[in-house]
Parts: sequence; structure tokens; C-alpha cells
Amino acid sequence: MSANTAVADKYRNNFLKEIEEQVEMGDWVKMCMQCGVCSGSCPTNFQSAWEHPPQELFMMIRAGKREEVLTSTSMWNCTSCYNCIVRCPRKIPITHIMHGIAEYAHRIGKAPKMQATRFFSVLFWKNCTNTGRVNELKLSLGLYFKDGFVQGVKNGLAMQSVAIGLIKAGRLNPLELFGGHKCKDQKGIQAMLAKAYEIERVRKAAKMAG
Amino acid sequence: MTEHVATNETILVVGGGISGMTAALEAAETGKNVVLVEKNPALGGRTSQLYRYFPKLCHPTCGLEINLRRLKGNPRVRVLTLAEVSGIEGSTGNYTVSVKVKPRYVNENCTACGECERAVETMVDDPFNYNLGQHKAAFLPNAMAYPQRFVLDPSIIGTPEADKAKAACKYGAIDLDMKEETIEVKAGAVIWATGWQPYDAAKIQPYGYGRFKNVITSVEFERLADIHGPTGGKILRPSDGKEAKNVAFIQCAGSRDENHLRHCSRICCMASLKQTHYVREKFPEGGKSTIYYIDIRAIDRFEDFYQKVQADPTVTFIKSKVAKITEDESGNPVCWGVDTEGYKRYTTAHDLVVLAVGMEPSVKGINIPGHIASDSSGFIEADPANGAVFGAGCATNALDVNRAVQSATAAALRAIQVVNKVAKAEA
Repeated sequence: MSANTAVADKYRNNFLKEIEEQVEMGDWVKMCMQCGVCSGSCPTNFQSAWEHPPQELFMMIRAGKREEVLTSTSMWNCTSCYNCIVRCPRKIPITHIMHGIAEYAHRIGKAPKMQATRFFSVLFWKNCTNTGRVNELKLSLGLYFKDGFVQGVKNGLAMQSVAIGLIKAGRLNPLELFGGHKCKDQKGIQAMLAKAYEIERVRKAAKMAG
Repeated sequence: MTEHVATNETILVVGGGISGMTAALEAAETGKNVVLVEKNPALGGRTSQLYRYFPKLCHPTCGLEINLRRLKGNPRVRVLTLAEVSGIEGSTGNYTVSVKVKPRYVNENCTACGECERAVETMVDDPFNYNLGQHKAAFLPNAMAYPQRFVLDPSIIGTPEADKAKAACKYGAIDLDMKEETIEVKAGAVIWATGWQPYDAAKIQPYGYGRFKNVITSVEFERLADIHGPTGGKILRPSDGKEAKNVAFIQCAGSRDENHLRHCSRICCMASLKQTHYVREKFPEGGKSTIYYIDIRAIDRFEDFYQKVQADPTVTFIKSKVAKITEDESGNPVCWGVDTEGYKRYTTAHDLVVLAVGMEPSVKGINIPGHIASDSSGFIEADPANGAVFGAGCATNALDVNRAVQSATAAALRAIQVVNKVAKAEA
């Protein structure tokens, strides 16, 4: 280790190291020079969707604010438009880091459970890996009832005319509610995913153990 | 004008800006023969296009005047204007340099009386004012031009306009038969002092330079403030000629950006801090400057200059690189971004936006004849492989006038050592 990296190391707190090790492309976080172009270029920026814009998240990581970062809803608001990556003067892969932080927060159970993007992601993954096919009816109903039974009925009624239109056009089969269509080798696809999940789990656990 | 007795004890200096003039004079004042090659019709380079220097806010005419006096008093420097190097052959101590000299159509008889300018009617773009205005096709390059001789724009040659200019000249100074020629100059060492060019701001797409008239560059702002500039020294915005009292300065426009220039251009922060003085000077009532920055790099001993500007109530500092600029219905440029102190979003309209554009070396992308080592930004590096071709000034790094002069003096010293060796070997 050179004298330079030894001095720089003092400023790398444990949480920054954790992000560098665990988060996809997390080792870029230290490269941010806090110019603010990512936040200013973000299409969600001027709708105040972000509590903490990207360069603030990076600064919070460098300040060691572990709880605030990992429980934040901010990185879940990323729409993957890639504007920030294109504009970043340091070519930091900001979009990928946002997804990386979100994935890590989810993996260790810190992500806000009812955050809409996270909720939908979990719902979608379970939905499509169950049968190997996306069941659109169950997916949309699952989303309608996210905030409770009463709100779910209200959402369903609000979308009634759309649903009827879809049924008439043959784009929505109400019988999908009971089981629904499947891929040919349902067991095979589940076994494949289980194997992939196991490989990833072992790899990430090894990383976590250092 | 093109007969020169140049030997391999001569030093050739390429570029007649502040660095080239300094290198030429320093070498000549130690007794060396120097040929100074300048591509424009007058010496002075980008320094002569400034309104004021930092940190003392004096006019560059002053510094240039001293150098021009030294030049006029020194018979060892031969100045070639409208001349460009097209080839270098040979090695250390023994170079043969081809220089292409464009016709000026005006000879040494010119007294700069201005009769030809009055006779000619055709107007052409004025590159001295970054094409913000136009001048006559028979013109003096600038008020302080050295040599103090008029030039005919090549576009009028062969038209009745050129004949009008010729007829108006009482001194027989206009020679319409001048042709481009290539001459060869012997030299023991070459100093490459071709300076810099402002980064092409139109490449910074979100800032709308070229699309929005009221988004200009810092070098253009210098010309607006200068009494010899296109507005006679009034800061008027290009779209409607309204006084631009509320001016935004955007730092790192192109610099420190992997998508544009990788390097910090070093002078832009000081230039913008200096330009806030122009706003206050021109508008003692109601002048307002806003500086958008990543971090202020008031290099070296200029921190006190920065502190004085910080104490000025008419200047606001916003720590943020502006993300994009739009235009509102009254033609005001609107800056969008996030203030990283407090992470607050802003959408702020100004009368005029000045992009503090970065310095790109003039040598970037062009093929310097012979082998020259350059860094990842295109600046010339000191490298033994360059032989006796030495970089000076902004051809070697992003420098202010002060440092460019130091760099030029260093280059002159290196060149002097080479020709001294040549002289010893021949004695």
C-alpha cells in the first residue's frame, strides 16, 4: 500500500467499504465529486420524488449513515433512464449503483417493505417464477390490494371499465385467477432458478464473510 | 520581407501570443537570433483579446505594450505574420522548417492611416471579437496591432472593392499581386507556443450554446466588456440588446469532464471571479452575479481575490454544476439543477449566462510536423524524444498569463542551451 492509499484509507469508513464490497459497482462511490449534475439531470428530480438525490446518497455513504441510506426509498425511484450516467463528468455508473444499493438493502432485509417499486418487484418475481409465465390478472390484483382490502376493492372498481374492455377484446381471461397458464417444464424452471439462487447466495455470503 | 538569414544558431518560435513573444524576447535579449512566426495578422494572441487581467485588473494593453517596446527595440527578432509552420525536418541543432506565409496585400509602406478602410464597403466577420461583430474587409486587426499595418480580407481580392482600396491608398502600400509563398527557415531549436483555443461550447449539449442567444462563453464576455468590443464596452445581451444586469457564470463548462476535457483548465475560476468585477463596474446599481461551481480553484496565491469577491453582496455562489439550461418566453436563459449545499432544487432565470469554457490546447488534433509527445489532453509534454522542439505556455498546460510567461522563459532557456552547444561545436 502506497503512502497515498494509506492516507486515503483513513477516510474510507466501514459503511463505504461495505458498499464497495457488496453493491454492484459500489467501488465507484468514492469517485463522486459532488457536482450535482446527476440529480439535476434526473427526470424525477423536479417532481420531488427523490428524498435523497444520487450525489447526496453518495455523500451519506461516505459519511457512514448506514441506516438512513439502506432504509431510504430514494434509490427505488430510479427509472433507469441512464441520463445521469451519460451526463456524469466522471462517468460514474450511477444507475447501476442505485439498483445495486436497492438490491443490497433488499437482500439484507433493510429495504422499506411497502415501497411501491420494491413491492412490485417482489410480486412480479414470485408471479413469473411460480409458473414460468407472467399471470397478468394476479399481478394487477396483487398490486391493487397492496394497501389493504378496502383500497383494493376501490382500485378494482376504478379500473372496472378497462378490465371489461380487455375481456371483450380477448386480452384478459378471468379464469387465469385459478392457476392460469404455465410453461411446459414448470418443475425444470423452478429447479434452474433455485440452483442459480444458490450459486448467487454462496458467492455473496463469501463476499460478506470477507 | 521574406529574406531571412537564419542559421542553425537561430531559434524559431511558433506562435506570437504572450508566451511566444516572451520566449522570443528572452532569447533575443541574450543575443540569439530569433524568428517569430504568427498565424494571425498581428501579435498578442488571446491575451490581447482580454478586457482586463487578474488579479490586479489592469488592462492587457499595458503588459503587451512593454513587450512590443522590447520587440521594436530588438533587431534580433524577425516577425513573420500570417505565417504557419507546415513542416519540420532535421534534428536537434539542425532543423529546416517550412513556413507558409499568406498574403496580407499590404506592404511596409502602410502608415495605418485608414483610407482603405473608409473606401471599402464590404463587411466580414471579426475574429478578434469572436465573430460577435463585423469589420470592414480592409482592416487593422486590433487597436494595438503589431505590426501596425492594415490587412485586406482575401474575399475581396479580384473584386472592385480591392481596387477601391488600392485607389484610396496614398502611399502605394496596397499590393494586390501578393501570393502565398512557402519559405524555409534554418533553426537550431524550435519553441512551440501555439497556445490554446476555447473549448467548443456547442458540444455541451444541455447548456444550449448556439441554440440560445443569451448563452455565451467567457471569452465572448471579455469582448462585450471591452471598449473596443462589438458593444463599445456595454454588457448587452445578444438576443435583444437589453442590459444584462443579472449574469450567471457556469464553471467547469467542458473542463473536468470525461465527456469533454479531462483536465482542470485552471484559469476559469479566476476568470469568472474577475468578470464579476465587470458586472459591478458596468452596473453600479442593480448589477448581480451568480457563480455556479463545483469547487472554486483560485489557484496559488489568488485566494485573497476569491475572498474579496465572496464578501461582495452582489455576488452569489451556488455550489452546483448546472444540469441544463432552457429559455423562457422573454429570452431569459433558465438554469436548472440541485444545490448540493442542502440539496435544494433550483430553477433560476438570468439575463445572460456566461459559460466559463475550458482551455483546449491548439495543438490538439493537429499534426505537429515531427514527433512531439503529448499528454492525454493533448498538451505538449517535456520529453527527450521531442529533441530540441520545446513547448511553451498554453501549448504545454492550462496556464494563466503569469505562468505562461514563466513557462516561456523556461523554454527560451532550453532553446538557448541547444544553440549555445551548436555555436561551441562550430567555433
